[in-house]
Formats: sequence, structure tokens, C-alpha cells
Amino acid sequence: MISVAINLGLAVMCLCLILNLIRLLKGPSTPDRILALDTMYINTVALILLFGLRLERAIFFEAALLIAMMGFVGTVALANYLLHGDIIE
Amino acid sequence: MAVLLIVLLPFIGVLLAVASGRLGRRAAAVAAAGPTLVAFALLMSLAPSVLAGEVLVLSRPWVPALGLTFGLRVDGLGFLFALLILGIGLLVIQYAYFYMSRGDPLWRFFSYLMLFMGAMLGVVLSENVLLMALFWEVTSLSSFLLIGYLSDRSAARRGARMALTITGLGGFCLFAGLVILGQIVGSYELTDILASGELIVGHDWYLPMLILVLIGAFTKSAQFPFHFWLPNAMTAPTPVSAYLHSATMVKAGVFLLARLHPALSGGDAWFYLVGGVGMATMFFAAYVAFFRHDLKALLAYSTISHLGLITALFGFGTAGAAVVGIFHIMNHAAFKASLFMTAGIIDHQTGTRDIRILGNLRRAMPYTMVLALLGSAAMAGIPFLNGFLSKELFLKETLTAPMMAGTPWLLPTVATVGAIFSMAYSVRLVHGVFFEPGQGKMPKEGHDPSAGMLLPVAILVAICVVVGVAPQWTAAPLLAAAAQSVVVGELPAYSLTLWHGFTMELLMSAIAIGGGIFVYTQRARLYDLAHRIWPGLTGGAVFEKTVELVVGAGARLTATLENGSLQRYLVLLLVMALAAGALPFIQYGFSSGPQELTPTNPVAIAVWALLVVAALATVLTHRNRITAIICLSVVGLLISIVFVYLSAPDLALTQLSVEVVTILLLLLALFVLPKTAPRESSRLRKGRDIAVAALGGLGMGAISWAVMTRPQDSISDFFLEHATYPVGGGTNVVNVILVDFRGFDTFGEVAVLVLAAFGIYTMLRYANHTFVEGVPDTADDRYPVVLVSASRPLLALILLMSIFIFLRGHYLPGGGFIGGLVASVALIMQYLASGIDWANERMRLNFRVVAVIGFLIAMVAGSVAFVMDLPFLTMALLGMDVPLVGESDFVMTLLFDLGIGLAVVGSTMTILSELSHMQEVEPYDEAQRAKESDPWKP
Repeated sequence: MISVAINLGLAVMCLCLILNLIRLLKGPSTPDRILALDTMYINTVALILLFGLRLERAIFFEAALLIAMMGFVGTVALANYLLHGDIIE
Repeated sequence: MAVLLIVLLPFIGVLLAVASGRLGRRAAAVAAAGPTLVAFALLMSLAPSVLAGEVLVLSRPWVPALGLTFGLRVDGLGFLFALLILGIGLLVIQYAYFYMSRGDPLWRFFSYLMLFMGAMLGVVLSENVLLMALFWEVTSLSSFLLIGYLSDRSAARRGARMALTITGLGGFCLFAGLVILGQIVGSYELTDILASGELIVGHDWYLPMLILVLIGAFTKSAQFPFHFWLPNAMTAPTPVSAYLHSATMVKAGVFLLARLHPALSGGDAWFYLVGGVGMATMFFAAYVAFFRHDLKALLAYSTISHLGLITALFGFGTAGAAVVGIFHIMNHAAFKASLFMTAGIIDHQTGTRDIRILGNLRRAMPYTMVLALLGSAAMAGIPFLNGFLSKELFLKETLTAPMMAGTPWLLPTVATVGAIFSMAYSVRLVHGVFFEPGQGKMPKEGHDPSAGMLLPVAILVAICVVVGVAPQWTAAPLLAAAAQSVVVGELPAYSLTLWHGFTMELLMSAIAIGGGIFVYTQRARLYDLAHRIWPGLTGGAVFEKTVELVVGAGARLTATLENGSLQRYLVLLLVMALAAGALPFIQYGFSSGPQELTPTNPVAIAVWALLVVAALATVLTHRNRITAIICLSVVGLLISIVFVYLSAPDLALTQLSVEVVTILLLLLALFVLPKTAPRESSRLRKGRDIAVAALGGLGMGAISWAVMTRPQDSISDFFLEHATYPVGGGTNVVNVILVDFRGFDTFGEVAVLVLAAFGIYTMLRYANHTFVEGVPDTADDRYPVVLVSASRPLLALILLMSIFIFLRGHYLPGGGFIGGLVASVALIMQYLASGIDWANERMRLNFRVVAVIGFLIAMVAGSVAFVMDLPFLTMALLGMDVPLVGESDFVMTLLFDLGIGLAVVGSTMTILSELSHMQEVEPYDEAQRAKESDPWKP
């Protein structure tokens, strides 16, 4: 049962990533693209966690944690750039 | 052991002199004189055994594979030179203490001087010729520093550059020659080389080797046509001229001739090359010296002339001539050093060195006059002074030189004419300065200097007189010992006496003295003549012209190859790589291997498809740079998923942290760059670029496919096997490879990283800010409270994560590099949220220092292995238990990893914060930018 759920989850996450990328490419504004990128980070976290569950490997969780943190920093930097230009003031 | 100390003591003196920097002039002089004095005493303790004919050799292995040993040798010749270097060195230190102006940082001068002294001692006391070549280079370098000591004068810089170029080039040739010599003999030890004279002379490579070695000797001893650097080196402070450019360094060339005399002097080529160059130089330089009006230039040419005389003596190739050559080396060192010091005194006291201006100083400077008179008389070869003895022996040797049976008159005539001019310039030196009235007004009214300054000159002049009057009881034992190392077998008969009866050489001496005085009386007419017909072609001018041509050609070549277009470099690089990569395909064809393919799953296919789309999107959107950066982030993110999927967690973690740091870097850079790229590629060029890129990608793919579908024994099996206990000592094979097996690579990479950080720091700090375009600020709230409050707990969390990843590295995925990057991101987060000023107030760290400390820690961790007599960076093999800490290898790898982590944090933070400094915007000015974008503008 759980494996079916995981497979289903993986499929959905893949679909999400595809849709995110389409939004990112279409835009039309830069905030749209940044938002799409941030969503991709979050969906990647989910994807990797599901993978970890499926393969029963704890090490995947760490990668997910790192993506979550790094994604946040990246998004903040991009947003800062849009607002001020200089991301570090 | 004493030998080793003698060579090392001057280098200790360098450190002492540097350390004495704040303690003043006297401390600097003591720091230089102390080690010299001790070394001198040590040398004296060796005197009895050396004078008895013993050869002391001390040899330690250094790089056995190259034939390089740290071998030192004291024989008669080495002893004589060491005596000159240390003895005259002491006098020069004393003299320099009084000569150098009060405001001068004397410690700097003395540290250069001691560096030279140590190197020169190394040259004369080396047993291994490669070691000698090494010290030879150091003498060139330290001489450069000393000639250019008054670095605010352009003439000094030019002279230093010229000397370094010529002697450096000579050193290079010498090194090549010595390598050939070593290959001929099969050993680089002097003992073996000196015993293989016949083998060397008969060898096919004798002539090329000889020419290379001679270029080394001739450049150093300022022989024609390389002589011109020496007069230009007279811009050095006078103590340097007295020491390096008369008594010691320029003698290195003739020392080399003497040193290799037993091995090389057997061939005809030796006689024609060495003898010919020596005689030509002796004659030519004596002539030129007479026409120099600058005291030091006159002495410089005189030195060249006397070096030519010595060279010629060694060139004759007979044992008798070689002995005379050594005798003249001793005598010349004494009288020429004294004369240089005298010239320095005159310059110091009157403010000028121009003989035409100087005049009538005999009343004002009586003591100086006496010393100058005696020194010059020795130089001219007047009886009862040491110069007379060796000059007369030289004239005698010209009469009996071998291989001149057809023209027996040639050498004696050239020698006598040279001696006439030598007499003439000596007379001029004394008469022009002390007796004749000067033509101008001297800047200062001269008077005798303090006794401290006169003392070194007096000692040298006393030596000239004592040796001149009673050579048998003074110089003879030393000469015999030194000559024994130059001559094979029994010493030839020679007599060191004043009176040999009415001989041919006495007649020649008399002609030289009389003729010299006659030439001097005709000086007005000669100067006039020389003024009109002096050739414009001088060595210095030829040199400058050559340098100009070479530099010009280099600049043109660089301009052609490096035109500033990064696209072009990339294309060239890729095309070269493609050509190299395509060759195997053409030679062997392409086929898939027998290995079965692993099954894949739909998720992986989807991710890879996304990756392809994102990569293409990056290329297609590249003109809108911010969109391209966003697409690039997607590529990085997807690649890290691929790494996770393919079970490479280390790579995934690294990729993730590198990714975010890269994005930050790109955003910071984008601030100062145009936001959209101009459309500048033609259709044709686009086609070319697409073709190159596609071929490159497909080629890499094909190679990977071909490799991975074949079964193979890869090196990873070895690592997997040895990474765990007991060899590697960890369970994370990636980390063990990084810190242990390939620790040296990692160490080098960290060094590169730190260097790059410093390079970027320096470049950006002094960057031209006119390019900065900037982005309009549209924020109402500079530091949104949501962001600020989210960033604080994140700091702790990310740092904790970083420490966790770092500590775990040896056993599970992680390590210093990833840990360092993650920690940097945590710190940058604070910059992003609250601004750099806020963060720096709370984090008083100089990240450049952090980077360097990290590098040093890694170095220390690697060096611990030395204590155990193991190679650098041996970690796990130490295998000792440290109480409370556990196994030592774990401690060492952790320390090494810590160094790497700190270096990464320091470098990353330095680069990022320096880039953000660029943003102190200045208004954008199109005209200014157009002007600045010329890549060749200095």
C-alpha cells in the first residue's frame, strides 16, 4: 500500500516539476519566474524525500534539508536583487 | 660541521639583520658583523688542515634521483675565496656603517648583503655542481637587490635590471652546461668531475658544454661582450661596488674557470675561447677605462680589464699560468676593494665622483691621498706592491703561452699595450683627483673622513704593501694551497720574488710604466680625439635595443593571441579539446560495449528531460540575464537530484552549496554589469558555436557511453579496498581520498582557492567603478521584518548543519569543503537580511585572515608526518593513540579538513563581500566607459 502511495506521490511531484518549469519559462514577469523556482525547490524536497522513503535511505533526508535551506537563501537573494539591485547592502 | 656553519651563518645574519630593524643602525651592523666574524673564526680553525693540503668534504643526500646532494667542500681554492668573502665582507660592513647615510634603513641593506655573502660562500664551497648553480642564482638575485638598492633612482633600477638579465641568462646557460657536464661524467660531485679531465675533453659534447659553462663564467665576470652590465651596476652604493663588483661576485666567473680548470682546460677550444676573450677584454677595457671621467666607472672598467687578465691566464691552460691567475685574484681583490672604498670616501666627502671637477685634494684629504696613491700604484703594477708581482708574472706567461708559435709577438704586445693604459688610468686617478686643479666647483669642501671609514681601506692597502714587499712569508702558503686545487699533479716552479734579474718581462713592465706616463701627458689630445671618434655602438645600447625588440615582439604576439574576447578563447580551447578527443574515434572507431544496460524509471526520465529543457532555456534566454540566472538555478537543482538518484550524496551536497553560492556571485556581478546582453554574434558565428558545442557534448556523451558499457578494473576498487581501516582510516571513501590518498591535490586546490580570493580582493578593491550600471531601488522597506526574523534562527540551524556535515565527513558523506560552503551561506544569509554593516558590526572577522589561517592549519596537519619521518600529508599511517582524543590519524585528518573548511569560508566570504563593495555606485557614464574599454590601456 505504502509503495503505491509513494509511486503515486513521485508521479505527482514529477508533474509538478514539469508544470513549474513551464511557468518559469512562460513568465511573464520576473517575480513569476522566481516564484516558480522557489516552488521547484520545495517540490524537489518532496521528490527526494519520497525517493528516500522508497529506497529506505536516511542520507536522502539530509540532501532534502540542504535543498530547503539553500533554496530559501537563493530565493531571498533573487528577491533582494529585484527590489534593490544590490543583494547585500 | 664547521663548513656547514660557515655557509649557514650569513643566512642567520639575514634573519638577525631583519630582526634588528627597529633597533637602529648599530644593531643592524652588529647583526651583520657578528655571524661574519664567527664564520671567519670557524674558517680560520680549518686553516691548518687546508694549508697542509687536505680537502674537507661534507655531503648530505638531498634529491638522490637528480644527483643533487647538499655537498660542501673546503680545499685550497675554496678556502682562499671564503677568506676573501668573509674578510673583505667584514671590512665592507664596517665601511658601510659609516658610509650609508643616517636616514637609511641599514637593516635592509645588511640583510641583502648577508644574503649575498651566504650565497657567494655557497658557490665557492659547493662540492655538488648543481648546488653551486643554485647558489650562483642567489648571488645574481641578491646582486640585483643591492644594485637597485636606491630604488627611487631610475638609473639604479635600470642597472639592476641589466645586471640581472645578463647574469641570470648566464646562470641559465651555466646550469645547462653543468647538467651536460654531469651527464658526461656520470656524477655531479666535484671530486668525480675533477678526476675525469680526459673523459670530458674527449667527449662529443665537450664543445657545447664548454660554451655554455663559459657563457656563465663570462657574464658573471663581465667579460667581453657581456661586460657592459658592470659599469651600469655602479649605481649601487659604493660598499656594494667594493664588495660585489670588485672583490667577490665578479670573481665568481674566474672562480668557476679555476674550479673547473683541471677538468676542462685540456682542449684547444678552451685556449682560444678563454684566452682570446680574456686578452681582448683586458686590452679593450683598459683602453676604455682611461677615458671614463666618473671615478667608479673608471674603476669598473679597470676591474673588467683585470678580470680579463685573470681569465686570459686561466685560458693559457698551463699549470704555471693558472697559479699566476690565482695570485692575481688575491692581489686584485685587495687593491681594487681599497680603491672602490677610496672612491666612495671622495664621493662621500666632496659630493662628486667626476675626475674633471675633483682636484687638488692632497691638502684637504692627506690620508685618503696616501691610501689612494698606494692602491693605484698596486693597480698599475709598481714595484714593492702586490700588483707588480702578479703583473710581471702575467707578462712572463704571455711570452711562453702555448699554441702561439706562429705569432709569438702577439700576446706580449697586446699585454704591454693594455698595461700602458692600465698605468695611464692609475696615474690619472691619483693625479686628476689629488694634484691637478679641478675644472669646476665641488659640491662640498672635502676633508678626511673619520678613522672608522679609513680603517678598512688602510687594512687593505697594508695587505697590498706587505704582500708586495715580502710575498714569500705572507701570500705564499695560501697561494700554494689554492694552486694545488687548480693544478693536476705537482705544482710548477714559480718564484714569488721582487727581483728576477734583467728579463724580458721587466723590460715590458718598464715600457708599460713609461708608456703609461707618456699617454697620460698626452691626455688632452687623446680626450679630444676620443670625443670625436668614439663609436656610438656600446654594449648597453645594444642591450636596451634588444630588450625593447623582445618586449615589443612579445606584446605584439600577446595582442594577436589574447585579444580580450572570452568567446574566442573558449572556441580555441574547445576546438583543441575536440581535436584531441576526436583522434581516438578516428583511429579506433566507436562501438558500444558488452555490458548490460541498467533499467531506469519514469521519474528519472522526467528529471533528465527537465534538465535538458532547463539547459536549453538557459542558452535561449541568455540575453535577458536575470532570467538566464534563474534557469541556471534550475539546472543546478536538477543536477543535484540526479546525483542523489545515482547514489552520490557527497556530490549532491557539494553541488547544492556550490549552486547557491554561484547564484549569489552571479547576482552580485550582474549588479555592476549590463542587464541585457547585446546582440553581437553574426549568424555564421552562431552556427560555428552551435556546432562546436554540439560536437563537444556529443563527444563527451559518446566517450562516457563507450567507457561505461565496458567491464573494467577502475582505480576505485583500490580506493574502496584501502579506504577503510587500516590504511585510510575512514569509511567515507570520498573523504578519505580527499584528505588522505589525494591530500596533496586537495592541499593544492585550497591554495589556489585562497590565492584566487586574494586576487579577486585586490582587483576589485582597486577596480574602476565607472562600469557600474546598478539597478533602481524600488523597496519601501529595506530590511523587511519577516526576512530579518526568519534569518536569525536559520543562522543557528545552518551553522549547526555545517558543523554536523563537517564532523561526520570521515565516515559518512560530508567534510570540510561542504561544511565550509554551508557555513558561508549561513553567514551570507545575515548580509542579505540585515545588510553588510549590521553583520560586520556583530562579526568582527577579517575573512582574508581566516582563509590564510585555514591554509596554515592544513599545512601544519600535513607536516606532522615529517616528525615521524613520513612523507608530507601522510595521515592514517601515523597510527598512534593520543590520550583522550583517540587515534591520531583521525585527529590529523580532522585538523586538515578543518583547515580546508576555514579556507573555504574565508575565501568565499572575501570574494562575496568584496563584490558587494563594488556597489557603492558612481554614475554611469557612456563616454567614460568607451574610453576605458580599451583592453590595452595600462
